[in-house]
Amino acid sequence: MENRHERFEPRIVGFLCNWCSYTGADLAGTSRMKSAPNLRIIRVMCSGRVDPNFILRAFQLGADGVLVAGCHPGDCHYQEGNFKALRRVSFLRRLLRELGVDERRLRLEWISAAEGEKFAKVSNEFTEQVRALGPLRLAVGEERPAAKELEEVTVR
Amino acid sequence: MIRVTIDGVTTQVPERTTILRAAKFLEIKIPTLCYHPLLKPFGACRICVVGVKKGLGLEMVTACNTPCEDGMEVVTQAPELLRARRLVVELMLARWPNVAVIQRLAAELGLDRPRFTSPVRDERPDACILCLRCVRICEEVVGASAIGYEDRGIHRRVATPFNQESEACIGCGACAHVCPSGHIRFEGEDYRGRPAEFLLGPNTAIYVPTAQAVPKVPRIDPESCIHFKTGACESCAAVCEPGAINHKMRDEEIELEVGQVLIATGYDLFDAAPAAQYGYGRLDNTYTALDIERMLNATGPTGGRVLLKNGQPPRAVGIIHCVGSRDENYHRYCSRVCCMYALKFAHLIKERCPQAEVYNFYIDMRAFGKGYEEFYSRVLHEGANVIRGRVAEVVQAGWSKQEEGTLLIRCEDTLIGKFREIPVDMVILCNAIEPKRDAAHLARIFGLSRSPDGFFLERHPKLDPVATTTDGLFIAGCAQGPKDIPDSVAQASAAAARMLATISKGVVEIDPIRAEVDEALCSGCRTCVPLCPYNAIEYLEAKKISQVNSTLCKGCGTCVAACPSGAISGYGFTDAQVNAELEGILAL
Repeated sequence: MENRHERFEPRIVGFLCNWCSYTGADLAGTSRMKSAPNLRIIRVMCSGRVDPNFILRAFQLGADGVLVAGCHPGDCHYQEGNFKALRRVSFLRRLLRELGVDERRLRLEWISAAEGEKFAKVSNEFTEQVRALGPLRLAVGEERPAAKELEEVTVR
Repeated sequence: MIRVTIDGVTTQVPERTTILRAAKFLEIKIPTLCYHPLLKPFGACRICVVGVKKGLGLEMVTACNTPCEDGMEVVTQAPELLRARRLVVELMLARWPNVAVIQRLAAELGLDRPRFTSPVRDERPDACILCLRCVRICEEVVGASAIGYEDRGIHRRVATPFNQESEACIGCGACAHVCPSGHIRFEGEDYRGRPAEFLLGPNTAIYVPTAQAVPKVPRIDPESCIHFKTGACESCAAVCEPGAINHKMRDEEIELEVGQVLIATGYDLFDAAPAAQYGYGRLDNTYTALDIERMLNATGPTGGRVLLKNGQPPRAVGIIHCVGSRDENYHRYCSRVCCMYALKFAHLIKERCPQAEVYNFYIDMRAFGKGYEEFYSRVLHEGANVIRGRVAEVVQAGWSKQEEGTLLIRCEDTLIGKFREIPVDMVILCNAIEPKRDAAHLARIFGLSRSPDGFFLERHPKLDPVATTTDGLFIAGCAQGPKDIPDSVAQASAAAARMLATISKGVVEIDPIRAEVDEALCSGCRTCVPLCPYNAIEYLEAKKISQVNSTLCKGCGTCVAACPSGAISGYGFTDAQVNAELEGILAL
């Protein structure tokens, strides 16, 4: 409890592609690698499925950072979905800047199914980075379900 | 065909056949010296002289370059012929008294010592006898013309141009091969190993890969074949009666349309040369496991005998396990097969050289399979030594005469807690099994994933070890990871059964994850059409909307994310579902 007050625990949403990054995360888990619990994972079939709206929605719902992870360029299970993700994320970064959101809160990574270690490293690093940036205060009260009381009750 | 009679035996031969060939066909021996079946008849030595009946007398001709004529009657053993041959050989013997091939001819003809003395007498046993086979093969067969002859009469001799090292020489060794007296020798590297023989055996440019090769046909090694260097030779084609040799065959690419692929590309062997501490490629008598496998093979280069480079059997053999595997510097994984084949080597070496000491240097003895542990204890009972400890290095033993050529294996014996130096004269390295060098390329072609060790990744390590994440692609054997023969057979059988199951079913089940266009919402903007990597989206001109072909669609969702009207939804990953997930995970 004290810990929570001392240290800011960012909430990070990770969109992981089914074939590479999600499997990589799985590998990190089965290999018992320690990775930050701040990353909350949503599995998508391909990083190309990640609609920029999802990312904006995540920030709107209170995420402090968003990670999009896909296969390495050339290794996409769907041939080129990761390139689409690359284009969308780069574009969205510029948009985020205009919205006043630090673009470092959005990160794109290529993590293959074999890179459990990289997954753990990225999630730890990104968590620390977002922690350093501090909470994202998007003042959209009613959209944010994280009421203070609720937090008090649920966080052990 | 024409009829010819030789020594009273009549036969039919094709026209233009020489008397010598016809005699060979009848198995009548005519002595020759300058003749060689691959070379054009030359008629220089005159030893093959035979008699052709003309009227009442005999006409003396050389058998090697005289064609048969219809009705020709030839005798090979008449007294005047023997006299003529004897005179020729006697002259040669006077000039080259110590050349074995001439001595043999002289003995056959009953010659003891020549009556003549030669002004150019050459007493060397390997003197050049001027048959000029070497000059002719270099020109006619090899096509290099690197050697010729100079001067005239009794001063004639075989030489390279200006007696300089010939630039035209390709080092094929054909001249040395045909030299009857051993005057021409091939210096330096007198053999090269073919892939199957590694460093061990002599080789020719055309060979049957192994005794058990399937199909059992010879193959030509284009790297060493003279034909591919000079365009000449084709000696193999000249002697192949069925005409089965084709030098014009080239590798070709064949396109096949298939529905399923089993990738069983095997492995490569870790190259131990960069791991200099083991001495491979640097010290004599250090071999890889595959070298030894060939050496132990009954059809291998040594006929199954275990021999050192000097032809002697070894007195002590060291077998080093885990070369490149279980090693932080190279591969962290265990190659799985080495412990057992190392024990097999120990067993076979003990069997073939009972006096030899065999040492196994191991980290852990992994005798994990059915009957394996029993084999381990059997090998121990046979007297093989096992030392638990990693080998630090293999070095040349001291320089005393007694120790010459011996090697020293330095290691730590962790069971007695001592540093040890074991003298051996043969070292066998159990090299790690590595992914194929082109595994990355193959993975790119097939869209396969590879595990951190570089082997192809299975769909699930326990529940689906033969399939991959791509439908219809299966993996088996060492392409998936190091494994022994029983495991490879099991995995390959499983993969084959999986493939046959799909074929016999006749239908392919596809994942339900697909995209679908809501016709009511689609504005017909066609943003999605070029995005689809599978060309699964079609624009319907009549309805002015796009439509997803659900058989081609693989459900990646790229179009779903791109649709500006939100008309495309991906089953299992609709916008509503993902948003609900987002709300869920961010609720706290």
